[in-house]
Amino acid sequence: MNISRRTLLCSSAAAAATAFFGLAGRAVASVEDVEKLITEFASGGTIESGGALQLKTPEIAENGNSVPVSFSVDSPMSEEDYVESVMIMASDNPSPDVATFHFTPDSGIAKASTRMRLARTQDVFAVAKTSTGKLFKVSNNVKVTIGGCGG
Amino acid sequence: MAGKKPRVKIPKSVSAGDVITIKTLISHKMESGQRKDKEGNPIPRDIINHFEAAYNGKVVFSVDIDPAVSANPYLEFTSRINEAGTFTMKWTDDAGEVTEYSQDVALKG
Repeated sequence: MNISRRTLLCSSAAAAATAFFGLAGRAVASVEDVEKLITEFASGGTIESGGALQLKTPEIAENGNSVPVSFSVDSPMSEEDYVESVMIMASDNPSPDVATFHFTPDSGIAKASTRMRLARTQDVFAVAKTSTGKLFKVSNNVKVTIGGCGG
Repeated sequence: MAGKKPRVKIPKSVSAGDVITIKTLISHKMESGQRKDKEGNPIPRDIINHFEAAYNGKVVFSVDIDPAVSANPYLEFTSRINEAGTFTMKWTDDAGEVTEYSQDVALKG
């Protein structure tokens, strides 16, 4: 057997990814599901595109099992004007919700990061809501190359 | 679930008014509920669904977590520190089990 270390690494990563996503069935969320969640989250408010909210995701994620995601919102974070919550969603996962972060003026800065699962190449959405009722929305496309072996 | 051990990084000593970054990591398989076992039976969902960080008893930051968060959930957030005190963090899983961690923060000088 002439298997290089690289090939072995790639194939085992692919196998792991298949084990996680391959059996997940065809039930996936859609952009409509994301829009529905955003409308609920906004509860009637007007959503600005971009604005003070920045979402950071990798352009290409080699491993869909652990994709770093971080965001920040420009805000004075004072008692009168602070970011209340930020919701992260993914349009093409079995379920669109990823996580909802809740801040307080004591957070100091409205920023956080985590790692998420992405079933395939898709758009990641973030919406932020401030205590003054402002809403911001951004989305980033993330290319997921499960296995990362380049075909 | 046994063996859930949080790892938390908080600056040990800070000046009053500083905004510090806190990094947390806890081991948890975060079973999404989407997978099936070898016999084709769905594996029940088992995730950490809530995280909360409080400073001197006052909640600073919390997260509602869904199955799309990776195994061994990592969270990084910030907090403004005005006085010496204690951070308390809580991770709650689907079974209702709570893992707690606390650490003191001292002020410089």
